[in-house]
Amino acid sequence: MSDIRADMTGREGTGDAGFRDYVQLLKPRVMSLVVFTAMVGLLVAPVRPHPVEALAAIIFIALGAGASGALNMWWDADIDRVMRRTAGRPVPSGSVAPGEALGLGLALSGISVVMLGLAANWLAAGLLAFTIFFYAVVYTMWLKRSTPQNIVIGGASGAFPPMIGWVAATGHISLEAVLMFMVIFMWTPPHFWALALFMNDDYTKARVPMLTVTHGRKVTRAHILVYTVALVPVAVGAAFTSIGGPIYLAVSLVLNALFLIGAWRIWRRPEEAATADKYAVEKKFFALSLAYLFGHFAAFLVEATPWADALARHLGWGF
Amino acid sequence: MPLTQEHELHKRRWGRNLGLGLTLGAFIALVFGLTIAKVQQGSQMQGFDHTYRIEMDPDARIPGANR
Repeated sequence: MSDIRADMTGREGTGDAGFRDYVQLLKPRVMSLVVFTAMVGLLVAPVRPHPVEALAAIIFIALGAGASGALNMWWDADIDRVMRRTAGRPVPSGSVAPGEALGLGLALSGISVVMLGLAANWLAAGLLAFTIFFYAVVYTMWLKRSTPQNIVIGGASGAFPPMIGWVAATGHISLEAVLMFMVIFMWTPPHFWALALFMNDDYTKARVPMLTVTHGRKVTRAHILVYTVALVPVAVGAAFTSIGGPIYLAVSLVLNALFLIGAWRIWRRPEEAATADKYAVEKKFFALSLAYLFGHFAAFLVEATPWADALARHLGWGF
Repeated sequence: MPLTQEHELHKRRWGRNLGLGLTLGAFIALVFGLTIAKVQQGSQMQGFDHTYRIEMDPDARIPGANR
């Protein structure tokens, strides 16, 4: 029957989505960031889990992130439909039914949490469950539509993966795990507000109370600078813990200097200049923010190698 | 229209079934690998295998025994 209906109506709304549609539902690009940060959290930990356990832990953390992405797409289908950036997502485009997105999100949430508990430990599984809850319920259902501080508080859900990776390896939360969490947590507001500066029309149309919509671009520019200034000591400070070192310090100093200069330029920029060059500086800052996060976590990973350890000893690094 | 005609829908369903099959296969392989890894590391497992053998439990205290 559905075949005939599909012939008549085309693909939209048939409920016969392709495999790729379901993969899109899990937000693969966000998942790749989760995989990377969780892997770094797990690999820089002082305890080395069995490689299969480590692989399984990363896969289930990523699956949990994907599950929360599916739940987000289920709940946000109405605003995704309005926004140009998200209109092509599986639910608003009609290739996946909302109920399917909800079902997949809930099923994968349960599977990922239970399997992480069995593969690693139940503290890591509990943190993953909390992350899914925080992203799907606290951020998506509550904060996103009610406060301009949505991405500040909601950013916590994106900051948990390296902490979960660390806990999966060690079984406990320590200062280093909190610092990795804090780097992403403090990085999220400038990253998203830079995006909001040049995608403001989307958020206005969808009535999402982003800071750019409720307080205007000038206030948002000031907030970007303030949060960037607050981020610097956290990111640089991580150099003086067991996961840092001289290589991380050098990378962090360069990236933070560039990030501060970018935030300063955004703050000083009049709106007319931004409109004239189609937000070139803001777009550049947004791209830099991705390199900033990747650079810091790559540096954490490098510091975990014996080669970096030897260099630190050679330099007399005492942290 | 002949009943055997291949529609775009059939290709999509085939792709979906193949993707699901491969995902389930990968999940089974992962659980199997995890089982092997856990069993290999389970040095104290024999103490609880079939019948509890107190002499193999490092946490158990046997009165009068030299441990």
